[in-house]
Amino acid sequence: MIAIIDYGSGNIAAVANIYKQLKIPHVVTGIPEELRKADRYILPGVGAFDATMRYLNDSGIVAVLNEQITGQGKKVMGICVGMQILAESSEEGELAGLGWIPGRVRKIDANLLPSSPKLPHMGWNSITPKDHARLFEGVDAERGFYFLHNYYFDATDANDVTATVQYGMEMPCAVARANIFGMQFHPEKSHSNGMAVFRNFAEI
Amino acid sequence: MLRSRVIPCLLLRDGGLVKTRHFKDAKYVGDPLNAVKIFNEKGVDELMLLDIDATAKQHTPNFELIRSIAVESRMPLCYGGGITTAAQAARVISLGFEKISISAAALERPALIGEMAEAVGSQSVVVTLDVRKNTLFSGYTVYTHNGRDKRKVDLLEFCQQAVSLGAGEIVINSIDRDGAMSGYDLELAKRVRASITSPLSILGGAGQIGHMQDLIDTVGVVGAAAGSMFVFKGPYRAVLISYTRPTRLM
Repeated sequence: MIAIIDYGSGNIAAVANIYKQLKIPHVVTGIPEELRKADRYILPGVGAFDATMRYLNDSGIVAVLNEQITGQGKKVMGICVGMQILAESSEEGELAGLGWIPGRVRKIDANLLPSSPKLPHMGWNSITPKDHARLFEGVDAERGFYFLHNYYFDATDANDVTATVQYGMEMPCAVARANIFGMQFHPEKSHSNGMAVFRNFAEI
Repeated sequence: MLRSRVIPCLLLRDGGLVKTRHFKDAKYVGDPLNAVKIFNEKGVDELMLLDIDATAKQHTPNFELIRSIAVESRMPLCYGGGITTAAQAARVISLGFEKISISAAALERPALIGEMAEAVGSQSVVVTLDVRKNTLFSGYTVYTHNGRDKRKVDLLEFCQQAVSLGAGEIVINSIDRDGAMSGYDLELAKRVRASITSPLSILGGAGQIGHMQDLIDTVGVVGAAAGSMFVFKGPYRAVLISYTRPTRLM
């Protein structure tokens, strides 16, 4: 069972609807006892870094996730801000992130972009997945995914980067370490490529 | 490489979809949920939904309709119409839209742009401006309330102000070209592109793929939005939802 973590983020319904279409068992919940029963987690996210961390801290969800994910090794996939909070910190906020994948979230340097549009990075962009990135099996990397962000995950260890995107510079757009996965783009709004990612996550 | 976005723009009225010409003569073109399902199948880049009655008739947004559209959609969504507070914007985002468009409310009280950026992030704040080309003097005039009310702002200055307050995207909607299907106002697009660095989308005038290609060739990576082109077919404007993209998007 995949638990889509409910903490008021907007993408929850779209993610749940995709799993419904894929006929893969899932539940939308933010209740600790329910979360413990799941074997995989989706951490969706739209919004600011601090607001997301504050909610997760205050609701007790962080404690459950630490126990289930770093403790028991269950798998988690963070999307957008849900990926950014896997880092240790962010230039966007003051609060500490979950710190499960070493790195800091940084603002995209608009000066590196030769022409407008600059920020936010908005629209469909190709990605370059690493060979071992199982989440991106069956994905048309050239077609890519829908991006909508000002900040990116600057991973400390290059081995944790599973895909990059070109926008002014080559920046990480997906990270993974053991049972922990994250992506900056929105697979829930990326048609068949997105469906492939959700299916892969349910199977790995 | 980042590509241009080809964006169907659907107009909501009384829970149904309509299409206008020069912001008048609204013609019923179908059911919004049905349209979303068709656009899902066609792999649309992004979808924009504007409730054209909300501000003019002082309705609040139809959150139930917004919710059901979001649940159905596998593509990025932008909603506009009747949003006057950051809390309403946050609610639409929490229902599953990526972006919120404001127009009259932004002109009324520009600080709302910053409040929304604070609440939902600047990447999700869109300012849409409806404009008419001036007939006597050069330049353009901004309108609200479905082209009824003239606003006393300079178009380019207001675009810059909106971006500096936190707008993540500007959408320019040409009232003159609305429903005309004769091509975008490229001069207008060029002027706005030169005045801001944020993402920009242009609406009004597209009637065929070549018009979108002209826009991309003129201003570079852009949101090429259209209504009629994606809902009508043939000289008698029969309703048929379709979707195609130019071959070169960069």
